[in-house]
Amino acid sequence: MKKLTMKKATLQNFTNYGIILLFFLICGPLNDVGGFMTRSLEGQLVPICVYIVMAVSLNLVVGISGELSLGHAGFMSIGAFSGAVVAGVMQNAVQSEPLRLLVAVVVGAILAAVFGFLIGIPVLRLRGDYLAIVTLAFGEIIKNIFNCLYVAYDSNGLQVAFLSSSDIHLEDTGRFLINGPQGATGQDKTATFFAGILLVMFTLVVVQNLIRSRTGRAIMAIRDNRIAAEACGLNATRYKMIAFVIAAALAGAAGALYGQNFAAVTPSKFDFNTSILVLVFVVFGGMGNITGSIVAAALLTVLPELLREFQDYRMLIYAIVLILVMIATNNPLIRGWIEQAAAWVKKLFTKKSTEKEAGNDGI
Amino acid sequence: MAFEKRAETKLVEVPSPNKIPERDIGYAPILEVAHLGIDFGGLTAVDDFNIAIGRTEIAGLIGPNGAGKTTVFNLLTKVYEPTRGTIMLDGKSTHGMNTVQVNRAGIARTFQNIRLFDKLTVEDNVRIGLSNHMNYNTFEGVFRLPAYWKEEKKAHERALELLSIFDMQDLANVPAGSLPYGAQRRLEIVRALATEPKLLLLDEPAAGMNPSETADLMENIRKIRDEFQIAVMLIEHDMSLVMNLCEGIAVLNFGKIIAKGTPSEIQNNPEVIEAYLGKQKEG
Ligand SMILES: Nc1ncnc2c1ncn2[C@@H]1O[C@H](COP(=O)(O)OP(=O)(O)OP(=O)(O)O)[C@@H](O)[C@H]1O
Ligand SMILES: [Mg+2]
Repeated sequence: MKKLTMKKATLQNFTNYGIILLFFLICGPLNDVGGFMTRSLEGQLVPICVYIVMAVSLNLVVGISGELSLGHAGFMSIGAFSGAVVAGVMQNAVQSEPLRLLVAVVVGAILAAVFGFLIGIPVLRLRGDYLAIVTLAFGEIIKNIFNCLYVAYDSNGLQVAFLSSSDIHLEDTGRFLINGPQGATGQDKTATFFAGILLVMFTLVVVQNLIRSRTGRAIMAIRDNRIAAEACGLNATRYKMIAFVIAAALAGAAGALYGQNFAAVTPSKFDFNTSILVLVFVVFGGMGNITGSIVAAALLTVLPELLREFQDYRMLIYAIVLILVMIATNNPLIRGWIEQAAAWVKKLFTKKSTEKEAGNDGI
Repeated sequence: MAFEKRAETKLVEVPSPNKIPERDIGYAPILEVAHLGIDFGGLTAVDDFNIAIGRTEIAGLIGPNGAGKTTVFNLLTKVYEPTRGTIMLDGKSTHGMNTVQVNRAGIARTFQNIRLFDKLTVEDNVRIGLSNHMNYNTFEGVFRLPAYWKEEKKAHERALELLSIFDMQDLANVPAGSLPYGAQRRLEIVRALATEPKLLLLDEPAAGMNPSETADLMENIRKIRDEFQIAVMLIEHDMSLVMNLCEGIAVLNFGKIIAKGTPSEIQNNPEVIEAYLGKQKEG
């Protein structure tokens, strides 16, 4: 009995690693051979990885830690633009593209984590849904800041201006790395599908191992019953902070990868709609359900593409599908049916596995 | 592995106005509360509450419904901030501490309305109690460094050992929320014990248990006190449990202590009989 459940937990982890590996093994070669995938689908491979990381990391905040965050795209943009600056500076100095990408991703993650920490300090000590309000504001503010930010680089080093680019005087060889509303421009597109898969794997290792460590248990305990958790000596603010900062760092890394996937990225790409979209992935896949987040993020990223043929109707279909699923998961009656069905399937399953166990013991 | 035993306590009378009753010991009391009180708006829920509890005493706190017993526990554990009074735990004031710090200082508790982590397994509930005694950080946990494996293994063994007090080790992998009521109450005690308290507060531990479960519980509370050498303070409406188990009893009525003493003193106190036991007999 004990062994079986221990196995179940590890099995769940490895199912998720397996899904990603499968995704890589199928889409990687198809992508290389070419012709099998439509161009638009091909272009979705890195964004799919990025959105899986976004969804899994947001699930850490919303599902595991039980706090609502409405500004996850804000951390993504911090990663994207800090990554753009770092990659731009290294463009001529560093030959290796993977190294440039790696540095961009690491810097993006660290900077996003710092912002997550700064937001968390005042907010996470409060009880209630303050985080939702503050992250919502954060997402909008950071977008508007990047809309007004100009960063240029030439042999004299970095030049930064706010509101107007007229203060920046560049040499002929210099160029803008961040150009206000036009965002990051003239990038090298160093992101690859392989790098995306690596980041997803790293995210899964971090989040899944975290959940099954004492830190993750503490985070879930505080979510389920804050008073009891505190009576057990667990500092709620501290553990909520750990979850929030890790999620912010992962979103920053995802943002940096996303930014490096395009020649140009605008700040408006990381607006409230993107934050909500990622939240939809999490809700759709199930709160606290990592596999669900992966599948939902991947499906809902390609779904609009697949529905391209029904161009005029695709957003409508997309919306209807979402509403139906939300109703299905929130309506107690329908949820009851689903749970019954799930329990029935589970029963079938456990019966089989115990039979198997018994069989093994017999041998 | 047997539980570590501390030196046997010697019974020497120490006069103190707070002791219930004046028994115990060559030591200072583990808990000494003076003039504790709290107001909720206009309502004085607890007032001038004085008590002292010996290092290995089993003390009872009784009183009619709404007397303020749970509120006393909430004050001791800083779920509520006291309006008045001082709380000395092991000779140190808990003034300015919050719930988390009070637990680390040595008070653990259970809840009248059970507060388990329902979705987590029984064992994980206990491991959460052990959390502060596990020696690895988040980084070591995320990347599963050797410290993680070593400490988790230790915690697993310790959790099973603690669960075995109530013969619950076979339930280790069951979700806590799916346990029957009595088992949930026992799990709360185990979880509280896991935090290694010096003082264990039990809020109606026998509520909802049948007589045979209650008898077992009584045995086990005594066993816990003997093996861990800690003090226990319990709130209970089951008079036979209180009178058989507790060495000292305080009676609360309308937020005030109306009597303190040994079980036989309490049983024969006319004020108590009128305020509390009398009503019980009628009912
Ligand atoms: N947070 C609060 N706000 C306002 N009043 C409160 C609060 N907590 C407790 N009280 C009041 O304090 C009084 C004592 O309540 P308490 O829960 O301590 O009683 P009790 O002795 O534990 O009763 P029972 O035996 O029913 O558990 C009650 O009148 C209750 O309404
Ligand atoms: Mg009560």
